[in-house]
Amino acid sequence: MYPAPFRYHRPASLEAAIGLLGKFGDEASIMAGGQSLIPMMKLRMGDACEVIDIGRLPDLSFVEIRDGMLCIGALSTHASIAASEAAARIPLVQEAGGGIADRQIRSMGTIGGGLSVADPSGCWPTSLRTLKTSVQVRGPAGARSIAIADFIQDSYVTTLQPGELVTEIRIPLPAANTGSAYVAFKRTAAAYPTVSCGMELVMDGQTCTSASIVLGAAGPMAVLCAAAEQALVGREVTETSLGEAAELIVAASDPPADARGSAAFKRAMLKTLVLEAGRRSLARSRGEQVKGGHRYA
Amino acid sequence: MRDATSRVVVDVTVNGLSYQREIEPRLLLVEFLREELGLTGTHIGCDTSYCGACTVLLNGKVVKSCTVLAVQADGNRVETVEGLESDGKLHPLQSTFSELHGLQCGYCTPGMLMAAKSLLDGNPSPSEDQIRKGIAGNTCRCTGYVNIVKAIDAAAQQMREE
Repeated sequence: MYPAPFRYHRPASLEAAIGLLGKFGDEASIMAGGQSLIPMMKLRMGDACEVIDIGRLPDLSFVEIRDGMLCIGALSTHASIAASEAAARIPLVQEAGGGIADRQIRSMGTIGGGLSVADPSGCWPTSLRTLKTSVQVRGPAGARSIAIADFIQDSYVTTLQPGELVTEIRIPLPAANTGSAYVAFKRTAAAYPTVSCGMELVMDGQTCTSASIVLGAAGPMAVLCAAAEQALVGREVTETSLGEAAELIVAASDPPADARGSAAFKRAMLKTLVLEAGRRSLARSRGEQVKGGHRYA
Repeated sequence: MRDATSRVVVDVTVNGLSYQREIEPRLLLVEFLREELGLTGTHIGCDTSYCGACTVLLNGKVVKSCTVLAVQADGNRVETVEGLESDGKLHPLQSTFSELHGLQCGYCTPGMLMAAKSLLDGNPSPSEDQIRKGIAGNTCRCTGYVNIVKAIDAAAQQMREE
């Protein structure tokens, strides 16, 4: 299968890339690693007439701690994030990067691309939504920072304006006694998650002081539920309270029935994942080393 | 407007040899290897970035060549199954796949070998779990993977002893 014909551009700088994006408008498609774009182009989805390859732009591939934040360049590959000691400071981030598809895809695919595609079953949209992530973007009007909650507006739709592209992801480093996890159910390595769950818990002794729970592939966008988080805050995190939180957030979800499973199956699996993410987060908040990894069929 | 005549010149080093070709930018790396260079060892399986039959190494990193444009390899280094043997001597992975029946129909084998090579390049002593995760992006419809895992383990041992 070939993509439809297109013109190929490889700008040497971010400024040149932004210039080309402005010049071609709707006809431009940005390619970072190409792991989402190329399959879509082969299926003749979308209308990529002018492909702007930003994959080799300098200075956009890094994973580092800066000003109390984990800062990840948009062109960092999933593999480089999974292998990064800096990213290990936030287990959820490392877990998300290391669990995306297979080694081949993780060699090429980037965090900026995975986030910008805004696939509702994608790992970065769900996992990064769990944290207080901000997305740095650059465009013709300069740079701006967008809270992750505002960045994704619908399935495959972001708030990026014409000519803008993601340059960096920033996540504040967690306070002490914080644990996080991201766990997905997948049919095979190469497949997108059937469903997934990200969680972050902040503990004060036995009491949970803050909880963030996000479900992925459970609706057109990431699913959040204040009532589910309140079911944990001010309480001990136990199988019972996690179970209550799971019931509440799964009730607020709307997973589509499709080839990956029926809605009822996905709801049942989501409850399992909430419990699993909760157990891992709690253990990590106590400083325990917990092995990551997804559940596979 | 689409312009089918747009072409680009690429320079790709494949198994140590440099090749310059003028191509359409939509040409996939796997097609470039097979059609432009005649290196048909790299197979096209699913053509949807799922099965891994087309696995090659790009600058030492394992990739699915059906999901990489040839222009992305411009100026870069590609290793394919044809580059595994040296001076007529099989790579340890090729020998152990043969000896331990790590294949039946053989269609997935070139991709499996390249994924295994990349795994062992980064980890000379993988556990069985690490081997299985290492080839999770490669589908084999014949073997059930048991002998593939054995063959990779045996090759790793051989390479450590060499």
